[in-house]
Amino acid sequence: MIEARGLSKRFGNVVAVDDLSFDVRPGTVTGFLGPNGSGKSTTMRMIMGLDSPASGSVTVLGRRYRDLPWPLREVGGLLEAKAIHPGRSARAHLLTLARSNAIARARVDEVLELVGLTSVAGKRVGKFSLGMGQRLGIAAALLGDPGVLLFDEPVNGLDPEGIRWVRTLCKTLAGEGRTVFVSSHLMAEMALTADHLVVIGKGKLIAETSVADFVARSSRQSVKVRTPTPHQLSDAVTNAGGTVMADPDGSMTVTGLSAPEVGDLAAAMSIALHELTPVASLEDAFMELTDEAVEFRGGS
Amino acid sequence: MGRAGMRRAMAAEWTKLWSVRSTMWTLVATVVAVVGLCALSTGTVNSSEIIGDPTSRSLIGVFLGQLIFGVLGVLVMSAEYGTGTIRATLSAMPRRPVVLSAKVLVFGAVAVAVSEILTFTAFAVGQGILSAKHAVGSSAAIAQRAHQLGLKIPHNLQFALSSGSASLGQPGVLRAVVGAGLYLAVLGLLALGLATIIRHTAGAISTFVGVVLVLPLIVQALPTSIGNAVARYLPANIGLVMFSTHGVPDRIGPAFSPWVGFALLVLYTVVTLGLACWVLVRRDA
Repeated sequence: MIEARGLSKRFGNVVAVDDLSFDVRPGTVTGFLGPNGSGKSTTMRMIMGLDSPASGSVTVLGRRYRDLPWPLREVGGLLEAKAIHPGRSARAHLLTLARSNAIARARVDEVLELVGLTSVAGKRVGKFSLGMGQRLGIAAALLGDPGVLLFDEPVNGLDPEGIRWVRTLCKTLAGEGRTVFVSSHLMAEMALTADHLVVIGKGKLIAETSVADFVARSSRQSVKVRTPTPHQLSDAVTNAGGTVMADPDGSMTVTGLSAPEVGDLAAAMSIALHELTPVASLEDAFMELTDEAVEFRGGS
Repeated sequence: MGRAGMRRAMAAEWTKLWSVRSTMWTLVATVVAVVGLCALSTGTVNSSEIIGDPTSRSLIGVFLGQLIFGVLGVLVMSAEYGTGTIRATLSAMPRRPVVLSAKVLVFGAVAVAVSEILTFTAFAVGQGILSAKHAVGSSAAIAQRAHQLGLKIPHNLQFALSSGSASLGQPGVLRAVVGAGLYLAVLGLLALGLATIIRHTAGAISTFVGVVLVLPLIVQALPTSIGNAVARYLPANIGLVMFSTHGVPDRIGPAFSPWVGFALLVLYTVVTLGLACWVLVRRDA
């Protein structure tokens, strides 16, 4: 359980986090979504007591981070990949952390095994790839078997297999009843990983909602449809007020109608459907909501 | 149930200190530099040379050692900031004064142990070489002159006049050897404090070198009246007094007695570490 109340942070004249209040509950994966520079990392650092808020407060398990008796056994955090002395081995790094919180030495090898770094445990971290550094960071977070986990952009630098692994890990950890708070600027990734969302832009809370509700709120919802008689369906959808776009793979994307509406329409007209998928257009919903709040925008 | 406290923090710092190769290499380099310089300095003595203070002659390498201890002290903290490990350290131990105290205690203990081994070794090696060379001490030279003039040296002082090499039993010798080691260790802790405040390796080392090596040069360039008033407060000059057996080397002018000087050096270090603790608690990591 993480509770942020009126959390604010300024760096000079820049307001990084602005009166942010949200709850992160146990048992689900909560995505922390926002464009780059929206204050996600600063918020995570405040949760872990590394940065102190200008005003407001944040507690973990009802306490300020610094008041947790054995921090690593209660909260595990991955804040930056490879923020580790390059001359130290992976095992030594974890052992240092284990010592500080009276965690058994055997647990170090356990988490190394869990993240798949056993074979390079004695190697110096400076020689690690970004992906391996990310895995080591996750190992450090899991070291104390904590009930609360914070992962800041955990899939950065990971290959597709690594990304899937993190996704599964997050869900497994949440399934065990832990609080899992994962930040990302990749909406598609969040759609696959998270159940619940805290969305911020320019340091302000934009939405605190379930992934499904977040998508449903978007006016740009779309439905992917595949049928052997595309022309027939296309006409029917257009007559019903929807818009159809043909996709290169032979399917079509319908906007303006929900998936059940498209399905009912097809049934009424005896049109066979081979696929009917509501597209999780979290990306669209996100763009729509944060349009005002995006700080850095490309020249497009 | 307890909580993560000083004992755990010290265990973590101990592991941290020895799990990077640079620690061992730096200490080996210190031993080579300090004992090597001592052998060089005493080994090049020729028979006509009169040794003023054989003890401080054998401790000459401490001048170089103080730089290496400074670098080591700086790295204990600045490496954490340079690599980002500080975030992991403070996540594991969010009570920051405990982190700094653990570093001070662990590094301080290692520094005292190593520096004392170092100064005693340098002293033993240096005196071994001097006595093997039958070096002539200044006191012995005086005794010879006194004899020529028909003066008698009291019997109980003759032990000090015997030769150009020293032994730990002679007045001031043990204090100088022990003091030189303590001087090195305290400077290492001063460097640790500076690094906590400055947070960058290069900046902290520059500041340390400035305080220890450059400041005395500046003071020397000042008019004598001002220089004499200030010189005794400089860490490097406090060190000079500490590893000399008979009070004050001429070139630094008026000075504090060895232990008063040392107390002052400890005070500087405590104040620096206090300031370091204050900024560590206040600043974002």
